[in-house]
Amino acid sequence: MAEEFEPNILGILCNWCTYAGADLAGTSRMQYPPNVRVIRIMCTGRLDPAFVLKALSVGADGVLVSGCHIGDCHYLAGNFKSRRRVALLRKLIEEYGYDRERLRMTMISASEGAIWAEVVQDMVNTIKKLGPNPLKQAVAAGQEGVAADDEF
Amino acid sequence: MDEEKRIGVFVCHCGTNIAGVIDVKALAEYAKTLPNVAYAEDYTYVCSTPGQTMIRDAIKEHNLNGTVVAACSPRLHEPTFRKATEEGGVNQFLFSMANIREQNTWVHMEEPEKAMQKAKDVVRMEVARASMLEPLTAKTVPVEKAALVIGAGIAGIQASLELADAGIKTYLVEKEPSIGGMMSRLDKTFPTLDCSQCILTPKMVDVERNPNIELMTYSEVEDVSGYIGNFDVTIRQKSRYVYEDKCNGCGKCQEVCPVSRPNEFDLGLQPRKAAYVPFPQAVPLKFTIDMDSCIKCDLCKTQEACGDLEAIDFDKPDELVTVKVGTIIVATGFDMYDVERKEEWGYKVFDNVVTGLEMERLISASGPTGGNVIRPSDGQKPKSVGFVLCAGSRDQDEEDGAKPYCSRVCCMYSLKHAHQLIEKIPGCVPYLFYMDIRSFGKAYEEFYYRIQNEGGKFIRGRVSRITEDPITKNLTVTAEDTLLGQLLEMELDMVVLANAVVPAESTQKIKTLLTLSNSPDGFLLEAHPKLNPMSTTTDGVFLAGMCQGPRDIPDVVSHAAAAAAAASIPIHRGSVTLEPIFAIVDQEHCGGCATCIGLCPYGATELNEVDGKLVASVNEAKCKGCGTCGSGCPSGAIKMQHFTNEQIMSEIEAFAQGW
Ligand code: FES
Repeated sequence: MAEEFEPNILGILCNWCTYAGADLAGTSRMQYPPNVRVIRIMCTGRLDPAFVLKALSVGADGVLVSGCHIGDCHYLAGNFKSRRRVALLRKLIEEYGYDRERLRMTMISASEGAIWAEVVQDMVNTIKKLGPNPLKQAVAAGQEGVAADDEF
Repeated sequence: MDEEKRIGVFVCHCGTNIAGVIDVKALAEYAKTLPNVAYAEDYTYVCSTPGQTMIRDAIKEHNLNGTVVAACSPRLHEPTFRKATEEGGVNQFLFSMANIREQNTWVHMEEPEKAMQKAKDVVRMEVARASMLEPLTAKTVPVEKAALVIGAGIAGIQASLELADAGIKTYLVEKEPSIGGMMSRLDKTFPTLDCSQCILTPKMVDVERNPNIELMTYSEVEDVSGYIGNFDVTIRQKSRYVYEDKCNGCGKCQEVCPVSRPNEFDLGLQPRKAAYVPFPQAVPLKFTIDMDSCIKCDLCKTQEACGDLEAIDFDKPDELVTVKVGTIIVATGFDMYDVERKEEWGYKVFDNVVTGLEMERLISASGPTGGNVIRPSDGQKPKSVGFVLCAGSRDQDEEDGAKPYCSRVCCMYSLKHAHQLIEKIPGCVPYLFYMDIRSFGKAYEEFYYRIQNEGGKFIRGRVSRITEDPITKNLTVTAEDTLLGQLLEMELDMVVLANAVVPAESTQKIKTLLTLSNSPDGFLLEAHPKLNPMSTTTDGVFLAGMCQGPRDIPDVVSHAAAAAAAASIPIHRGSVTLEPIFAIVDQEHCGGCATCIGLCPYGATELNEVDGKLVASVNEAKCKGCGTCGSGCPSGAIKMQHFTNEQIMSEIEAFAQGW
């Protein structure tokens, strides 16, 4: 690779805590790497496992789910459910040949802009080490169609 | 989608906030190349009147049926642009917002090219989402013509009086036996030196007399359900073991009670009985029996005491009361920083080191010493008193639980104490150890000059250590005078630690019940720090006073009045519009597995028999729109409106088109 690999990370954030925290990072002008594209959902409880699988299957190098701290969910307990879903999904994606670190869930409150900036930096570092989504690597190697059998 | 999608994209420069980092014109040009985009344009401030007019006009001129604004955070201006879209004749829920400021140009200032790429990606994702959005109808529900105020310090008192005067039935809930809060403990108030009791007590009495206020003291909010306009609140009225309607406040029970305990109101500086009122001006003037210390000697029930009134009943249980209100104001106040954690100052180790609030009680005419300031060690009048300002404020020492913020009252109340000492004790010299004197309010700086002229001594520097002479109990204060650049040791009769104000412990429970957040300082988070400091992100819940952050009495009163005005708006309007973001069940696909029943935290999902088949349905009124049921439904039968699978999936697909 001539250019340095820049990961494409999908962020799925709840409106009330992490999305607000990410906004706070903005109003506080904290600088962090521009590798995350964010989808806003009302609560991480809305996280359908299919979203994560879809993102990986279309080539996302990582998925970062982030919501409220336990006890702080705007809808009381949505994050309990998403936390369980993500824990299972991490195992599941491993079965498909994705390193579990490609999926991560954090809990960042509306006041933790600095933590959001840190988490993004950290996630970018992790994914840089892991390299591009294996599916993309396989496609690049001209193994389209067989990638699934060969690689995973 | 039968109708052809025609989306308009509006890119905001936000002055130079966005345009200073990325090429907004190029972004608008890029938007034009996206599927379903019929029109795109950029403008300096899309949120301004001309900007909104631009949206309305473009909708008509270009026959648009969807809009995307690429600008700041939807948490800031989504309502603005929804409205503009609706005014243009397009359903407001066909609008979507691309955040290219808070989550882009402000955080990627040094990487304009990558920021531009991100902006394109995000606009593409929002256009994809907008292409899938469906029109929704906002629901209007009636608002209960009543309000709840939690906490009856000066903030809660002010807010309740304003609401009540506006003709609104107000429930005022206070956890202590009396209303009045911290302000009722103060002697004089800076800088005017009004007597705190004299200005507060009449308000307390007004609260008790106002026919629109239902006062619930010694009570705590136990549960809250519902939403703006229709909150159901359960309040626990703790048992006083005294019937409020029978107690006439004569105080005979207190006279005969043999138990002695430190009075919390006086910070333990004076005792109270097990049958007590916290202070003589308490409202309501109803006695409370502290069962934790009561020895059940029954003396208070004898003929010489309560007697025929029969107001006392040791078996009186707590009562749970439910009220229905339209809006809620949180006015839960603050606590004082536990300055014992700063071991170098010897609080609670050396007798003559006291806190600001203890000094307040010592100086107060209604305090334990009748306003005679004395040294706790020997009862002598102090001739030299040191004040340690910013005791726990403006201090980044996290280990000691100190706070980085300014508490905004300590400089001024220490100046006031200095003045009172000079006035009360001839020859007494106050020494104020300060970092900066923050006398920012109306007539505050003038008050500072006054104390300088009266003989207050000001030393710029922090006190690093206090030691005690074990015999005389005099204190030696070590500090660096940073103006003279020299180390200083000074023997003083007494030291006052002007400790920080910190978020109240009791606010935590309310925060959880009302799903509020806090800011980094631990105080409750407002909807907007500048434009909406009295609202929260929970619709219908407002903040008054110190629970939102440190402020002095005039600011608390203004804040409380603002909260009351804001809380009365939905009530006076009579109805509120709710986001139609709730889940719906496609009963044909529902297999009746009941997975969603367990997932919903509000009990909004129900299982019913329809045509001989068990199917789920969602109670719109109970659903708050988190979408948890939808993502758990194994047959994909639940649709979370405005956040449907199709909408989110289209965003993910658009995300992937970036490479
Ligand atoms: S609202 Fe943030 S996780 Fe539920």
